[in-house]
Amino acid sequence: MRNVRDWASKHPTFAFAMLAVLLAVLPFVVGAGLGKGWVRVLDFALLYTMLALGLNIVVGYAGLLDLGYIAFYALGAYLFAWLGSPQFGLHLPFWVVLPLGALLAGSFGVLLGAPTLRLRGDYLAIVTLGFGEIIRIFMNNLDQPVNITNGPQGINLIDPISIGGFSLGDKHIVLGIPLFSPTLYYYLFLAFTLFTIFVALRLQDSRIGRAWAAIREDEIAAAAMGINTRNIKLLAFAMGATFGGLAGGLFAAFQGFISPESFNLMESIMILCMIVLGGMGNIPGVILGAVLLTVLPEALRYVGDWQRAALGRVVVDPNDLRMLLFGIAMVAMMLYRPAGLLPSRQRKREFRAEDGVAEQEQASLYDVQA
Amino acid sequence: MDIFAQQLVNGLVLGSIYALVALGYTMVYGILELINFAHGEVTMIGAMVALAVMVPLLGAGLPVALVLLLAILAAVAACMALGYTIERIAYRPLRRAPRLAPLITAIGVSIILQNSAMLIWGRGYISFPSILPHTPHLVMGAVVTDLQIVIVVLSVLIMAGLILLVERTRLGRAMRATAQSREVAELMGVNVNTVISATFIIGSALAAVAGIMVSAYYGLAHYYMGFMLGLKAFSAAVLGGIGNIAGAVVGGLLLGVIEALGAGYIGDLTGGFLGSNYQDVFAFLVLILVLVFRPSGLLGERVAQRA
Repeated sequence: MRNVRDWASKHPTFAFAMLAVLLAVLPFVVGAGLGKGWVRVLDFALLYTMLALGLNIVVGYAGLLDLGYIAFYALGAYLFAWLGSPQFGLHLPFWVVLPLGALLAGSFGVLLGAPTLRLRGDYLAIVTLGFGEIIRIFMNNLDQPVNITNGPQGINLIDPISIGGFSLGDKHIVLGIPLFSPTLYYYLFLAFTLFTIFVALRLQDSRIGRAWAAIREDEIAAAAMGINTRNIKLLAFAMGATFGGLAGGLFAAFQGFISPESFNLMESIMILCMIVLGGMGNIPGVILGAVLLTVLPEALRYVGDWQRAALGRVVVDPNDLRMLLFGIAMVAMMLYRPAGLLPSRQRKREFRAEDGVAEQEQASLYDVQA
Repeated sequence: MDIFAQQLVNGLVLGSIYALVALGYTMVYGILELINFAHGEVTMIGAMVALAVMVPLLGAGLPVALVLLLAILAAVAACMALGYTIERIAYRPLRRAPRLAPLITAIGVSIILQNSAMLIWGRGYISFPSILPHTPHLVMGAVVTDLQIVIVVLSVLIMAGLILLVERTRLGRAMRATAQSREVAELMGVNVNTVISATFIIGSALAAVAGIMVSAYYGLAHYYMGFMLGLKAFSAAVLGGIGNIAGAVVGGLLLGVIEALGAGYIGDLTGGFLGSNYQDVFAFLVLILVLVFRPSGLLGERVAQRA
């Protein structure tokens, strides 16, 4: 790992070009090597990377545990569906709907954050969890008396994203190369993911990012340094929610179909898992976590095939096993490698701190009051 | 039949179950300042174990009272062991870690329990055998069943027992001392680890009973049933003032009544726009409102800010 990093820092242009080529040909390599279904998995890996980076702003940077993050994803997705499907007969272009979805999610972030951000960290976790459930209950039930969300059936036939008549939902042949819909979406998602990474990086080093870190470490000290803690925390909440809404819109267009089932609590926890596993607050870590946790469950499907080959029948459904493994991974990570696979340098220090310091940390970290 | 009286009765029955579960949250929070996220799942395991004991024994033709007693004992024992194990594995090693760490292991444990239950008992609903006669009694215009009476009486007895334990016994005094200050209690010769284990074990025993009550009341059990119940009970604990035992009881009963009345009247209040399928929303609304306007809860003391 270190050798790679040293080499890359000596030849930045070359390393960058190699990475770009690798990302550009990835869907073709994966599609040819593993089958077309895996290109869709790649698309989802990018979507989850976006979501994880968004949640990382809230949890990793500002230290606010948000367990209802999927609600913002749901809001973005539903807004996209409302404005671009036969549900209301509206078919607005994506460059209008996506920003609107991000805006809607962001405003809900402020709405939820304004009253709750005065609370201690663990209370905030429960309230956000409740908010996520409320949104899901409404999505499930708002088909009567006026049909807004179409209830548990969800909304179908959502418009694909189309750029100037070039629909990403269809197959195209460009320069003699056939491009399938998942491949086209791959490039779109890649662009959005790179944008998200760029914003996350710039935020981290900005004045706001340093204010978030200060609040995360010790809110009272941060307030004493002249940081308007409430507004800065609200900003983190709104930022995270905005990225969630954006990813939600992309998800709706890509999938063509959404239902409340896609937005349950387990999804929120999955995204949190990605951050925890990869390394909270560290962008490469979060990306690694998101990609790992999207790809591994897919790979787990082969476990079913192995069972059939070895035992003649499927004893344990790999889908049932998936969440169980996640749970075990969460506990094991916290016990043995609490800072994640690729921890940020600062986090590593926090978790390795001597007992005296650790005790102070315990009192201050995530323990913020009005 | 009076809707108000009926919903009040339903609310009180449900509320006494919430109170039992809320006690587990509040006791752990009082001592460790930790939200034991897996507590709802412990109630589910309690119901499942009781059913696993009950169904074959009833099939073997044993008397109902004996079977019920055995089932409750088995569920309580299983949950006590579970509560102890959870604390030992997932929380104790992290006592000095940042606050976020035990919260995340708690979520992890909750997922593990849910999915283990799903692997063992399947995805479907398991129906709870009807063991008590469904003779309705008419009390002040409301219909009350035997089962409802049993639930309320049993809850009251258990809560009274718990309060006696906390107020009158050596262990109870040690628990209260540990809740006030872990360090000083330790200096006074209290074995803090034993007290914390005991707290988890007692809370889990209450959860087991509550789990059986819930599945008997609704007539079914499901691997996912603990999640909502846990959330609502936590809301009840916060409503009453988390860390306060009397508060958990008051909060549980109050939340049950709010929910039942809310579900009964929401249709009229919104002109038919929202129906009783929004029942689950009330617990969260109560939770958010309490946290915003009175974070210390109804009976909680206002704690001074510590840096």
